[in-house]
Amino acid sequence: MAYAQAASSSTTPGSPPAVKLILNETDLQRVVDRIAHQILEKTDGAEATVLLGIPTRGVPLARRLAARIAAFEGVEVPVGVLDVTLYRDDLRLKATRALGPTDLPPGGIDGRRVILVDDVLFSGRTVRAALDALSDLGRPSSVQLAVIVDRGHRELPIRADYVGKNIPTARTEVVKVTLAEIDGTDEVRLVGEETK
Amino acid sequence: MIKHLLSAADLDAEHATLVLDTAAELANLSSREVKKLPTLRGRTVVNLFYEDSTRTRISFEAAAKRLSADVINFSAKGSSVSKGESLKDTALTLQAMGADAVVVRHPASGAPHRLAQWVDGSVVNAGDGTHEHPTQALLDAYTMRSRLGRLAGLHVAIVGDVLHSRVARSNVLLLTTLGAKVTVVGPPTLIPVDVGPALSPDLRVSYDLDAVLPEVDVVMMLRVQRERMNDSYFPSTREYARRYGLDVARMRRLPEHAIVMHPGPMVRGMEITPEVADSARSTIVEQVTNGVSVRMAVLYLLLGGK
Repeated sequence: MAYAQAASSSTTPGSPPAVKLILNETDLQRVVDRIAHQILEKTDGAEATVLLGIPTRGVPLARRLAARIAAFEGVEVPVGVLDVTLYRDDLRLKATRALGPTDLPPGGIDGRRVILVDDVLFSGRTVRAALDALSDLGRPSSVQLAVIVDRGHRELPIRADYVGKNIPTARTEVVKVTLAEIDGTDEVRLVGEETK
Repeated sequence: MIKHLLSAADLDAEHATLVLDTAAELANLSSREVKKLPTLRGRTVVNLFYEDSTRTRISFEAAAKRLSADVINFSAKGSSVSKGESLKDTALTLQAMGADAVVVRHPASGAPHRLAQWVDGSVVNAGDGTHEHPTQALLDAYTMRSRLGRLAGLHVAIVGDVLHSRVARSNVLLLTTLGAKVTVVGPPTLIPVDVGPALSPDLRVSYDLDAVLPEVDVVMMLRVQRERMNDSYFPSTREYARRYGLDVARMRRLPEHAIVMHPGPMVRGMEITPEVADSARSTIVEQVTNGVSVRMAVLYLLLGGK
C-alpha cells in the first residue's frame, strides 16, 4: 500500500506523533511463516500458484513467502512483481508517480492461482488497481490476497485471504511497515495522530 | 514534472532520466496480450500538424491510444487553416474543445512556445521549423542507452545538415545534459558558425567525417533538408554523398560496438547507403519502436498527475 508510507513521510516537525510498535522482527517472521503455512494448507501444497508482490514492500514479502514455502515443503513457487501505478484511480490527485517494474514469472499467470502480496490493506484501492492490471496481463484461474496488516477503513468490497495481523486504526494514523531488504529493519509501527 | 515539453533544454538530467526509465517500463507493454493501459482515460490529446509527418504523428497517436486517451488528429491540409485561420484562433478552438494536451508540429520555429501561452493544456513540441524536436532526442537517447548500456561518456557524432536540423539541436542539448560528448560533422555551409557557444560549450565541430568515425560510439546521420534550402549549400548530391555519406567503407572505420542511427525519413544513396541502413549496426527500425514508448512516457509524465 504505497500511499500509507507516502503519507508518513510528511511528518510535521514540532508535533512528534506517538509511535507504537506493533510487530518486531521476530513477530514479523512468525507472521510470514504462518501465512506461508496457510497458503500451503488452502492451496493444496501451493500447486499451480504464483506469488505477485505489489511494489514497493509487497515484493520482498512475496519473495520471503516463497522462500518459507520452499523451506517447509520443498515447493518452488514462482514469484513476480506487479506494478499497479498506471491502473490507480487517484493518479490525478497527486503529482505524477514514477513507475515501478512489472515482471511476471516465465510461465505467466494464465490458468494459475495468483496470490497478490502487499504490506498493508487499507482502502482496498491498490488491490482494485491490481485486479484490473491482472486482467490485462492474462486470465488467472483465481486470485487471492495476502497482507501483513489489515488496518480497516475499506472503501471497496475487498477482503484479504491471508492476514498477518488485524490492527484497529484511526484514519489519521499511519501504519508503517519496514523491511530489512528496503529499510534495513523488520518492523511494523503505528504512527498516530499525524497532521498532514 | 514540467508542464510543457517545448525544448530538450526543458529537461534537466534527473527529469530526462525519469522519462527514459518510464519509457523502459512502458516498453514491456508491446509484448503483452492487451496492449492498452487505462491511465489517461477521458483525457484528450490533439495532434496539431502543420507540416507533413508520418512516423511522428503515428507514433504520438499510438502512444496516446495505448494510454486510453482520446486522440483528435488535425492536419493543416483540409482544415480551416487553408481558409486563412491563424494559429491563435486554431489554438482557441482547441482550448474551447478542452484539449488536455496539444502535440504540435509547425514549420515556424517557436510556434509551440506561442501556443503554450494560449492554451491551458500541456504543449508538446513535435518539431518546429529548424528549431527543436525534443521527443526525437529522447527516443534517440533511449535507443543509445538500450543498445550501449549508458549515455554518460558516450561520444556521438551528428553528421550532415546540422543547419536545418531540429533533431540535431535537440540531440545536442539532451545528450550534453546526460553527459555524452557530441561532435557535429558536415560541410561548413551546413553547420551554423556559432553552433558551439550557442548550444553547449562542450560541443565540438568537425568538417572531416573520416577523421571522426574511428573515435565515436554512435554516428547519427541527418537528412539533407532540400525543402528548407533556398541556396545551394554544396555543389552536387554526388559530391555530398562522397564526402559526408555513410557507406560500407566508412562504416568499417567505426569501432566494433558503434551503432548507426537515422531519425528518418532517410534518402538512401544520399546521406546513407542501403547496405548501411539495413546492416546490424543500424538502429533505424528500433528507433521507431522506441519512439512509441518514449512518447507514452512523455504523455504519462505530463498528463498522468495533478
